[in-house]
Amino acid sequence: MALYSDIVMDHFRNPRNVGVIQDADGVGEVGNAKCGDIMKIYLKIQDDKIEDVKFETFGCGSAIASSSMATEMIKGQPLSQALSLTNRAVAEALDGLPAHKLHCSVLAEEAIKSAIKDYYDKNGIAYDKKDFPDCESCAHGCEIDH
Amino acid sequence: MRIYADNAATTKMSRTAVEAMLPYMSEIYGNPSSLHSVGQEAAEALADARERIAKRLGCTAREITFTSGGSEADNQAILTAAKLGEWKGKRHIISTAFEHHAVLHTLEALKKEGFEITLLDVHENGLVTAQQVREAIRPDTCLVTVMYANNEIGTIQPIAEIGAVCREAGVLFHTDAVQAAGHLPINVVDQNIDMLSLSAHKFHGPKGIGVLYAKKGIALQNLIYGGAQERGKRAGTENIPAIMGMAAALDEACEKMDENAAKLTKLRDRLIEGISQIPHSALNGDAVQRLPGNVSFCFEGIEGESLLLLLDDKGVAASSGSACTSGSLDPSHVLLAIGRIHDVAHGSLRLSLCEENTEEEIDYMISAVRQVVEYLRNMSPVYRDLEMGKREFIIK
Repeated sequence: MALYSDIVMDHFRNPRNVGVIQDADGVGEVGNAKCGDIMKIYLKIQDDKIEDVKFETFGCGSAIASSSMATEMIKGQPLSQALSLTNRAVAEALDGLPAHKLHCSVLAEEAIKSAIKDYYDKNGIAYDKKDFPDCESCAHGCEIDH
Repeated sequence: MRIYADNAATTKMSRTAVEAMLPYMSEIYGNPSSLHSVGQEAAEALADARERIAKRLGCTAREITFTSGGSEADNQAILTAAKLGEWKGKRHIISTAFEHHAVLHTLEALKKEGFEITLLDVHENGLVTAQQVREAIRPDTCLVTVMYANNEIGTIQPIAEIGAVCREAGVLFHTDAVQAAGHLPINVVDQNIDMLSLSAHKFHGPKGIGVLYAKKGIALQNLIYGGAQERGKRAGTENIPAIMGMAAALDEACEKMDENAAKLTKLRDRLIEGISQIPHSALNGDAVQRLPGNVSFCFEGIEGESLLLLLDDKGVAASSGSACTSGSLDPSHVLLAIGRIHDVAHGSLRLSLCEENTEEEIDYMISAVRQVVEYLRNMSPVYRDLEMGKREFIIK
């Protein structure tokens, strides 16, 4: 299908890092089943570095591909690096997403941030709240564009 | 294996239809409005096609107007009834919540002009009743428009009964028969139909051609002004090749209707039976009052677009009513109308068969759908929550 780039289709057909980390250090879930996409990211963190990452996604082709690409981009990276991952970088790495699918890359960015925030919260690590999306809001309302 | 199971979207043209068109692209290419014999040859073919189509619908040739397809026919029928109603001070129209957008969006446009629109609720089995129509009719109702068969869930509406209610009340009745024509019996007299829309490409005819039947005495309002074609009601040189293809396709579909329906019903029920075995899946729409080729399901915990893409990888061409495939925020209005909630409606799949499909293909599709649903559920956080009891299954 020409709707998506070859890279999107590759990550959709052969998604990297699918699964669950049972003893995850941080877990983030964003999206809403009502809107048709939910992403859940599991992180294993050691020495401020992402040792392992897994995801589960309920959503369309670009949602699955965005999760796969985003997890590849942060795997093995320091948390600071993962925190600076933008949806734009995910979309670019996928060789672009159709305009009405860009929100899938936003979900990926938010899911990662949410998982890192969870890790900070669990471990009593201080952080700047404005670096994180307000995930109260991303669980509600279906926004197609951010 | 490559299987086409999206016949409700469009069909492959039949050999008969293609062959019926060919001469009108090369040898008989005249303009039927021309007086010379080249043109008159085309005019004769046009008259013959019109006569044959009229016969299939149980009306007269004069009551047939050729349009560019189902959408145009729907638009013209509704806007005509609105205009005629307006002249009498009647500005209320009754329809249903699960019509095709060609109907719903036309009604929305009329609403902006001050018309009042009543959209009947659809029962969860995908049916509306004549009684609902009877109760909704008011003294200022100028039109009832109810589709013959639904394009997504395939349910067949009690058109003749609804038509009878409208006749009794003296209200015009239009039916969008785009999914029904060539697949279900049509007789506009017996079924009390005042206006009917159909489209050739849904029954193995060409795209870009359709019919608006309007009962004698209904003064059609133009959407397209220009020459005197179609008794001045639809300008533009007639698309003769397409019209010939449509006439041939309709003849063929009507002649084989019983045979095709018997074959398709068997294939359809085998497919429904097979897919029903998938846990937490549900058939959309009535199991009996449905088009012989329509299979529509919702699967809990997955999303329709990824389902379609993976089925496509396995060679199966299907369709879905998920938001991602509709290009809007909401999943299909049809699924919402029958009471499927958003979470479930996103995971919908429509397989629409034609008589060329085989049992082998049905079995292949059952196994492909099962594999893909299972695969997607395995990576779905929603399904995991459902399985772990963190969320409650909606489809038991």
